[in-house]
Amino acid sequence: MTTESTYISNLEPYGETPVLSVRNISKRFGSQVVLDDVSFDVPEGKITFVLGPSGTGKSVLLKIIIGLLQPDAGRVLIDSYDIPSLSSHQLNEVRKDFGVLFQNGALFDSLNVLENVAFPLVEHAKMAKGDIADRVEKKLAQVGLSGVEKKYPSELSGGMRKRAALARAIVLDPRIIFYDEPTTGLDPLMVEQVDELIKSTNIAQQTTSLVISHDIPALMEIADYGAILFEGSMVAFGTPAELLENPDPFVQKFLRKGLGEHV
Amino acid sequence: MKVMHLKERKDLQFCALLRNTGYLSKRKITSMKLVSILREPVEQFGEYVIDATRRMGNYTLMVVQFLGWMWRPPYRWRLLLQQMEFVGVQSLSIIMLTTLFSGMIAALQGSYVAYLFNAQGMVGSAVALGTTREGAPVLCALMIVGRCGSAMAAELGTMRVTEQIDALESMAVNPIQYLVVPRVMATLIMLPILTVIGDIVAIFGSWIVMVRMQGVDSGIFFENIRWFIDPLDIYMGLIKALAFGFALSTIGCFQGFTTTGGAKGVGNATTRSVVVASVAILVMDYFLGQILHMLEMNVFEVL
Repeated sequence: MTTESTYISNLEPYGETPVLSVRNISKRFGSQVVLDDVSFDVPEGKITFVLGPSGTGKSVLLKIIIGLLQPDAGRVLIDSYDIPSLSSHQLNEVRKDFGVLFQNGALFDSLNVLENVAFPLVEHAKMAKGDIADRVEKKLAQVGLSGVEKKYPSELSGGMRKRAALARAIVLDPRIIFYDEPTTGLDPLMVEQVDELIKSTNIAQQTTSLVISHDIPALMEIADYGAILFEGSMVAFGTPAELLENPDPFVQKFLRKGLGEHV
Repeated sequence: MKVMHLKERKDLQFCALLRNTGYLSKRKITSMKLVSILREPVEQFGEYVIDATRRMGNYTLMVVQFLGWMWRPPYRWRLLLQQMEFVGVQSLSIIMLTTLFSGMIAALQGSYVAYLFNAQGMVGSAVALGTTREGAPVLCALMIVGRCGSAMAAELGTMRVTEQIDALESMAVNPIQYLVVPRVMATLIMLPILTVIGDIVAIFGSWIVMVRMQGVDSGIFFENIRWFIDPLDIYMGLIKALAFGFALSTIGCFQGFTTTGGAKGVGNATTRSVVVASVAILVMDYFLGQILHMLEMNVFEVL
């Protein structure tokens, strides 16, 4: 196990500043080891993909990073805070800097699109109703979803739900946006649109994006960096081009297979 | 035929091997066989006990969190009113219908016995006494379990499996405060009100049977009720309603909150919430009845 004092940041060769650091995270459910001593830094202002085959612990890692799950060991550092050791009050303060796009959007069924997107503003920003409506309209326009404010999530297509959820995730202008499998279950055209949306949002919002995915073509097209998880361990980190040159047989097989299917 | 567990089968094969080689006595072999056969049910029972203990612990933790969050701002009045409308106003017709007929059937059955003693005038007071102390709180609570406790489990369960509760947490909103507090508070407020309405409607039902159908004098009917019923009887019913309301809403929310496994999980959580809450209400009814009866005796002694 790498101790924290001996850990050399994965960002050191690139001269990037880390905004979020994952250190020696381990997690098991019963006898099943899901994450085993995972460490990496997420560079500020860039799009970083965490890739890996299904069931390799990507979503568990995301849940630990945003404080929804407690790790068995390890730390998640943002500024001077260690997320797993924060009280619920402190955690909520840190979470105001996060935007999370869940796999199926996780829009509230009982609220329409306007109310869903406005939810974080109503909860945390002391704004007048008119200002909230203006901000929501602006964010919906940013994700290309104007004119559906009064519709309920059940009346939207899968792609529209993802866009509405993204509008909700960015409405507080967060420092870091987390995407959990943003393109799973979408058709190829919609996948392309969502990928473009992640890229344009990263530029427009000037934020850091961490994308949990197994979409290799998206890694090649929009990611600045990629990290590859396999059987609960981080096996590679680098730019997409570097990952393609990585000698690890699993990385080669995983990336080539993903790209081959894409071609 | 029972399909033998792989481990159990291997154990028995091992026993046969030991017996054939004469390594162990017949008696020891028999005891080993017995252990092998009993192992699976004992393990299953142990797992059940551990799981039940874990669930009880988690339920207690949720209740403690509820008690902590219910005092803290922001107070979500709009959500509370929505839940009060759902638990109270929307349940009114079903509560009135069921308590009306339960009052009527209690009067009808009571009148057969009362006829033997020529005491039909007392039936109304007997129904009123039974209704205020037992009938209305239990019946209203069971109806609210079926109508609202199940809905709470299904709604929160769906929110859990579609990550809506995770989304709430990730947006720095405490799900206990946002989802559980309004539902439990609304049930605590509305169930006693529904119980009082149930009391009145059940007495009205017995009045229809005894006065309009069996010709008992209306004045005697009400005078006997006034003479028999004490405010303490109504308070006892209301205390029970409060306790039942707390149990059914926290059980419904807990089952929803701990749902796993998609649509099937939501179905299981809904069923479990109804079964567990119904059993809890009947068990609590006995113990509360006992405790309140003892307190009542003490009050009379003091007076």
